[in-house]
Amino acid sequence: MTAIYMLWLRQLKRYFRSRARIVASLGQPLLFLLALGFGFGPIFQRAGQGNYIQFLAPGVIGMTILFTAIFSGIELIWDRQFGFLKETLVAPVPRILIMIGRTLGGATVALFQGFIVVIICFIAGFRVHNASAIPVALVVMALIAIMFTALGTAIASVLADFQGFQFVMNFLVMPIFFLSGALFPLVGLPTVLNVLATIDPLSYGVDGLRASLSGAGHFGLTVDLAVLAILSTIILAIGARLFSRIQL
Amino acid sequence: MIEVENLVKSFGEIQAVRDISFNVDQGEIFAFLGPNGAGKTTTIKMLTTLLRPTSGRISIDGMDPATHQNEVRRRFGIVFQDPSTDDELTAWENMDLHGALYGVPRRVRAERTERLLKLFELWERRDDPLKQFSGGMKRRLEIARGLLHTPKIIFLDEPTLGLDPQTRNQLWSHVKKLNDEERVTVFLTTHYMEEAERVARRIAIIDHGRIVAQGGPAELKAQTNAETLEQAFLALTGSTIRDEGADQFAQMRAMTKMWRRNR
Repeated sequence: MTAIYMLWLRQLKRYFRSRARIVASLGQPLLFLLALGFGFGPIFQRAGQGNYIQFLAPGVIGMTILFTAIFSGIELIWDRQFGFLKETLVAPVPRILIMIGRTLGGATVALFQGFIVVIICFIAGFRVHNASAIPVALVVMALIAIMFTALGTAIASVLADFQGFQFVMNFLVMPIFFLSGALFPLVGLPTVLNVLATIDPLSYGVDGLRASLSGAGHFGLTVDLAVLAILSTIILAIGARLFSRIQL
Repeated sequence: MIEVENLVKSFGEIQAVRDISFNVDQGEIFAFLGPNGAGKTTTIKMLTTLLRPTSGRISIDGMDPATHQNEVRRRFGIVFQDPSTDDELTAWENMDLHGALYGVPRRVRAERTERLLKLFELWERRDDPLKQFSGGMKRRLEIARGLLHTPKIIFLDEPTLGLDPQTRNQLWSHVKKLNDEERVTVFLTTHYMEEAERVARRIAIIDHGRIVAQGGPAELKAQTNAETLEQAFLALTGSTIRDEGADQFAQMRAMTKMWRRNR
């Protein structure tokens, strides 16, 4: 337990000490909220879908958690290159605990970043339709954070350096975001897009946030929570396995 | 304490360690010497559970590092050749994290950290993040950290690289003291022959992945009719510079890694 706590704490310290990074990573959600939120707002309204900010905010919150979580996980590559990884890998602590500590730390950071964006969304005019659903929304946010930090860790466990990073961004992280229904409703889509959105884990995260915060879900909150919980467990297990097999 | 039999490690086509065998007794200081790229660090990585051997047998205090990783890890401490600290954390935090990972109780951790940071003259800077430290200071912290818990075996992989004579002296005195008082087994590599001669009871010389000679410093000198250990070392390993070989090695390793990644 001490090991998990100490490694969790380390991730938090690293995050709170780099204020520049916190501010910089808010640029993207802000841009999405402003440009898309207010840009597409009128047309969304005219199409009879209501307030676009209200629709988009859960998507932007999900996006923030997705990116922060993946980056926190992939930070493992830095630790490998700067050598700190060795220090943890020779310690007499089962590697699964090290992986869990890191992942929980990264997930906490992602969750925190998500909170900041929730506040920004409120300033932009987003309103929660039912305050009693906020705890459920928190659970959804936490699950998104854990799932994608574990995914980042799993990826970083098999990448030796940053050369494969661009590939991961363009062929995994970006598609996960754009196909998740964060930006558009998952109704009346072409079959291919519909299938892709259905197998996209983030779809269920964004949908869960929308269902709890705006009261308008697509899959239903139970399905969202079940899928997120199961996938988080599976990815965490795969990540732990890959992490424990790292050789230096 | 350390038994190695017919140990082999290949990276693709390249054999970094070719069939080496040696024993280190409990409470012994054992020096593993060799030119750059000879296979020293690869061997240490296999002994310390970071790398799985291609073939051969290793036993650390009776345990196989490949199958009993955590038991083996509980038995040793290591000072790595290259940095392994967290630059964003302070000196104190690096020590504290290490102590916690090795299960040193909080009070003991604090006491030893203070003692070691004072010994290596880092106490005044304990609350500064390591990114503000000079290379020598970081190195000193690595060593202090490696001595924070008291394991049965200490691996020192070129610990004195880039250290001033004062710190080197502190390090070796401390290591000798640990060895005398607590019977800690020490496995070290270094390029400074006089250090090996000063502290080591037995020496193995490795070259091109093979052990070319083993014995006490006096034996090695007698064997080669040399006056100093340095001369004995040169007589055994030749005087060609190995950097080219080391680079080829590094390239090969990078290539196998790339290949593994693309697969």
